Amino acid sequence: MNQKLTYTMQEVMVAVAARQIRDGELVFVGMRLPLLAFAVAKRMHAPRAVGLFECGLMRDEPAPELLYTMSDPPNIAGAIWSTRMINLMGMLQQGAVQLGMIGGAEVDRFGNVNTSYIGSRQRPTVKLPGSGGAADIASLAGRFLIIMQHERRRFKERVDYITSPGFGEGGDWRRHVGLPGGGPAAIITTLGTLSFDPETKEAILASHHPGVTPDEVCRQTGWPLRVSPAVHETAPPTDEELAIIRHYDPKGFWTRP
Amino acid sequence: MMGKVMTMAQAIGRFVPDGCSVLMGAALESLIPFAAGHEIIRQRRRNLTLIGPISDILFDQLIGAGCASRVIAAWVGNVSAGLAHNYRRAAEANTPHRLDIEDHSNFTLSLALLAGALGAPFIPTKTLLGTDLLPGSQSFQLSSEPDTGAPLVHVQAITPDVAILQVQRSDREGNAHCWGNLGVSEEGGLASRGVIIVAEEVVSREMILSDPNRVLLPSAKVVAVVHEPWGAHPSPVQGFYGRDHGFYEQYHLASRAKEGFEQWLKEWVLDVEDRTGYLARLPKDRLNQLKPSQRRLAAPVDYGY
Repeated sequence: MNQKLTYTMQEVMVAVAARQIRDGELVFVGMRLPLLAFAVAKRMHAPRAVGLFECGLMRDEPAPELLYTMSDPPNIAGAIWSTRMINLMGMLQQGAVQLGMIGGAEVDRFGNVNTSYIGSRQRPTVKLPGSGGAADIASLAGRFLIIMQHERRRFKERVDYITSPGFGEGGDWRRHVGLPGGGPAAIITTLGTLSFDPETKEAILASHHPGVTPDEVCRQTGWPLRVSPAVHETAPPTDEELAIIRHYDPKGFWTRP
Repeated sequence: MMGKVMTMAQAIGRFVPDGCSVLMGAALESLIPFAAGHEIIRQRRRNLTLIGPISDILFDQLIGAGCASRVIAAWVGNVSAGLAHNYRRAAEANTPHRLDIEDHSNFTLSLALLAGALGAPFIPTKTLLGTDLLPGSQSFQLSSEPDTGAPLVHVQAITPDVAILQVQRSDREGNAHCWGNLGVSEEGGLASRGVIIVAEEVVSREMILSDPNRVLLPSAKVVAVVHEPWGAHPSPVQGFYGRDHGFYEQYHLASRAKEGFEQWLKEWVLDVEDRTGYLARLPKDRLNQLKPSQRRLAAPVDYGY
């Protein structure tokens, strides 16, 4: 870090994710940082966005206080729909959900995410929790965001196990295997934002966060990361965005490193 | 005729035998039947198949206590704190013993239970195509659309032996009102051969029948009704109590090492006689702090004719 920042990288990630939400979209909101990104987008530029929570909730207003899980009582009170999970998953499969957000333990060059097994499936070195709804979001949403810690051991040429499908082996792999959703739109990390080459579907460095150089991002990536000719510094969170994030997460439960 | 109302110990003793498959945590992060899970541990059940979408830390406790030989789930972890340490020890090192894992996603688990509820052998979907959840799995079969040949996944039906569902209130027959996010509670209960209802309140039949749209499932499915206030703690029950976030964090730290988990289990489950004893161990005022600070009553509906 070559400058003293007045915000955390998690707050940058929330702001970047929020900016990807367009007004009026149906958004499948995942756990943790996406809970905050939805609130920021609603307050800033996407007042008509609607949030879907796979436990069986739909909201057109962010919950009034910090959520530790999507089934917390403040998320249920004031929901516009409280229902069964399958109704929301059904909308996802119909193609009605434009955007979803997922986390990950490992990601690869083509945006495939592993949250299941590190090492072999029979004898894993680390057993991760599994898909939850992430594989469904990755399979079926119009587009999705991957939000995760950027470390070389997590950014691998090829993940050990595909839990949530990105672009598989690249190119038109998704169409070939029959996946209806559009695939990952971005990987938002603690160091920068990666987008995808429209032809090859390879991840490319689009922006590096304030205080981080493109070289540092490449060094923390386990394959030769291509850098976009238009690479730039990520626009830092504005005062307004920060105020909203800190309103919903006053103690920094999700946003302190 | 024996009534359905019984203690937790009786319900688990009669309806959750060794080797059975049991659905729990059907609503996701809320309404998790922890009191039932702890009684299963106290009665030293073995070789259970645990079925549930995410379970939060309940499955981790049952796995660490040696009750489970198989898990059919989309996610096993600690939602607000991180990984599930007992699940890791079982999958990585067969500790306390070997655990078979059938990986689902939340959607495929709900489709499997819906198929069970519908009496259908499977339901087709397009989720999970191209993922590593499919190869070698007993839960899925690759297929294709008859007209176009486009790939499909057939999700095989799941029919648990018993579902344990936490609800806000029930009558003595198991006509139960449940509100908030339902997750897979409805199809999960309908898919199961029997349902144990764990209720915060046992109320009159008249009160339940005043709002039949809020009834979760037919009481003909229900084999036992257990009146167990705070039965879902540390998970929340809308209108009754909030989520005890600190409890999940403490469990996360305590269960990091096997010895720490065993100490935790002794303190909160094995050395405790029942739910009353468990609640008595919570810090003074904890329960009061978790109660809603204000009521939010729904408008009554009119079933007049």
